Amino acid sequence: MANYRNIPRVPVREQDPVQRAANFEEVCYGYDADEALTEASRCLHCKNPRCVAACPVNIRIPDFIAALHDGDTARAAAIIGEDSSLPSVCGRVCPQETQCEGSCVLGIKGEPVAIGKLERYVGDWQLEHGAECVRTAPRNGRRVAVVGSGPAGLACASDLAKMGYGVKVFEALHKVGGVLVYGIPEFRLPKERIVAREIDAVKALGVEFETDVIVGRTVTVDSLLDEEGFDAVFIGSGAGLPRFMGIAGENFNGVVSANEFLTRTNLMHAYDPTYDTPIYVGRRVVVVGGGNVAMDAVRTAKRLGAEAAIVYRRSEKELPARAEEVHHARMEGIEFRMLTNPVEVLGDDKGWVRGIRCVEMELGEPDASGRRSPVAKAGSEFDMACDVVVMALGTSPNPLLAATTAGLETDRRGCISADAEGATTREGVFAGGDAVTGAATVILAMGAGRKAAKAIDTYLKNKR
Amino acid sequence: MNYPILEKRLLAENIWSMTVEAPRVARSARPGQFVIVRAGETGERIPLTVADYDAERGSVTIVIQTIGVSTRKICTLEVGEALTDFAGPLGHPSEFVLHPDAAEGRRYLFIAGGVGTAPVYPQVKWLHEHGVRADVIIGAKTRDMLIYTDEMRAVADTLHIATDDGSAGFHGLVTQLLEQLVAQGEHYDEVVAIGPMIMMKFVAATTRKYGLKTTVSLNALMVDGTGMCGACRVTVGGRTRFTCVDGPEFDAHEVDFDEAMRRQAMYRSEEQRRAAIEAERAAGHVCRIGLSNR
Repeated sequence: MANYRNIPRVPVREQDPVQRAANFEEVCYGYDADEALTEASRCLHCKNPRCVAACPVNIRIPDFIAALHDGDTARAAAIIGEDSSLPSVCGRVCPQETQCEGSCVLGIKGEPVAIGKLERYVGDWQLEHGAECVRTAPRNGRRVAVVGSGPAGLACASDLAKMGYGVKVFEALHKVGGVLVYGIPEFRLPKERIVAREIDAVKALGVEFETDVIVGRTVTVDSLLDEEGFDAVFIGSGAGLPRFMGIAGENFNGVVSANEFLTRTNLMHAYDPTYDTPIYVGRRVVVVGGGNVAMDAVRTAKRLGAEAAIVYRRSEKELPARAEEVHHARMEGIEFRMLTNPVEVLGDDKGWVRGIRCVEMELGEPDASGRRSPVAKAGSEFDMACDVVVMALGTSPNPLLAATTAGLETDRRGCISADAEGATTREGVFAGGDAVTGAATVILAMGAGRKAAKAIDTYLKNKR
Repeated sequence: MNYPILEKRLLAENIWSMTVEAPRVARSARPGQFVIVRAGETGERIPLTVADYDAERGSVTIVIQTIGVSTRKICTLEVGEALTDFAGPLGHPSEFVLHPDAAEGRRYLFIAGGVGTAPVYPQVKWLHEHGVRADVIIGAKTRDMLIYTDEMRAVADTLHIATDDGSAGFHGLVTQLLEQLVAQGEHYDEVVAIGPMIMMKFVAATTRKYGLKTTVSLNALMVDGTGMCGACRVTVGGRTRFTCVDGPEFDAHEVDFDEAMRRQAMYRSEEQRRAAIEAERAAGHVCRIGLSNR
């Protein structure tokens, strides 16, 4: 295979930027079979594969790529399936450039293997062929309740079901999928074609879902354990509470959280006139923040017909969003105002947003996170006209579960305290994903869900 | 999930009462809480306060005024049909439910306006069952718009009626009746006002004069109702709070009502636009100027 290393990385086909900036269809088309085969041939099959170590769930990447290259896609799917339950999702939304692909040897002098696109190809093939080789252990008569149907909950539920547990997932919203459904937009992660089918695969394992259940209000962790007969509970309720800046004018009409803006669009389909939920976009939208959620919001605003800009207080280098998302946003005509920080939202005499007052920033000394912290330049205030301001400043876990569950401790950020395996301070209650770490990635949440499934299994076996 | 409608009753023009089978909500609901309701897969999530609940029967009663496309959609459903979603109970129960000892020996005055009369009922009922005295003022524009009078009479110490046109009870606004009651020497320890935002604002202004503790239940706009979106932001005592998870009840004297009213109207023009499209569609008219597909 050494001869193949000079083949350039196979480019992935994408929807034309001008066209896609006006629709919600998926941006990236992914590889076809030939493209996947060629790209798979580029892997060097390193003896010490750095990509595996860099993957948060340690997928055996060279092995699945080898299987793919051998034309055995089903085996490739089975290899990924050992470590990941959502390959079609992770192939689309993982930050590969800082994980597997970021450590690929080929990337030192050239382009790394397109591991993410290959994973996506295998995942989609599997959804298409329904080929998941489900080896479910016989039912062991024990039941586990899972709180939240996002990546952590889905991963935990499917692993437990495979081990033979009866699993029921409780979701607060009317639709299953958590952030995959309300947060990540259709153009990055198709809901019916991908998310719904990944969830169907979990249902096929025998996992039950109940929507409209807010654990902490409709039922409690205690009532699940004491009255409904569950033997253990896994909390994967995510980090759903939006942050605001605390600046003047933030409650003017037209200032929304990215969560609200994206939930109206994704979960409630506000972009589709056959749905009843409204969304206000105006002519010009300013999105404050530099993460993936900010990119999702600004690209959504553009698709809803607005001029859209990102305002971020650090420089482009520090943007926490994936490079691919920033690149896509630029191609779609998004304006980027770097080293800019809002100090006040400006309103008209009726209390609607008319603009945002910002200051220019410059980078000073590195802070605790290692990033150079931005400092305002004196006298640099300026106004940007806009109708809508979207605050994409991050989210924190909902305090409801901790507040209604005796003995469940949280840290000072409101995150549920759990050990590396997911055990919380309350016996029989496990947690993982954003509810424990604060807002992070799909793959980390999925990994935490799987670890917790193992820990729950051990706990219940010892309890027997 | 499906939530069958067990009973449906027209209470006044455009105001319906619906009793819905929702066993989990019925078991957990307490006075002061609300639910999120959705009718149909394309429906909006609408927050509605709980008007009554019966844990044994597994049913919850809601009262809805048809003011837009979504509320109308909910009200077109008949007994035997079902709501698509009925999630809750959400928000905190009323303070006296959380701290019943503190309510002992106190005298409450509830001021209910329009459709806001419905959520007052379970609160007064709860106090009645716990031996706490509570008077109630129900206000409406006119006699025909009064709701829940019989139910309320059964649980209130004294029920007062006020109509704007004098067609029933006191001729005037609830705030004027409140002033009259105080002038007559009635003593209350606490006022709870639930109704249109403008009514709550003026009740708050009136009771402030008397230094009378007042609680209001805010009906802010919401999407999820669980703290995720922040659409229901309200300024209370100079701090931004979320109505859904911090409320829905707040100290009336701390609430910025002008901001709350403005925020409540956020999507009004958008709703009107959609309602117009809906009406046109119903009339068989196909829009050719692009209104229906922006």
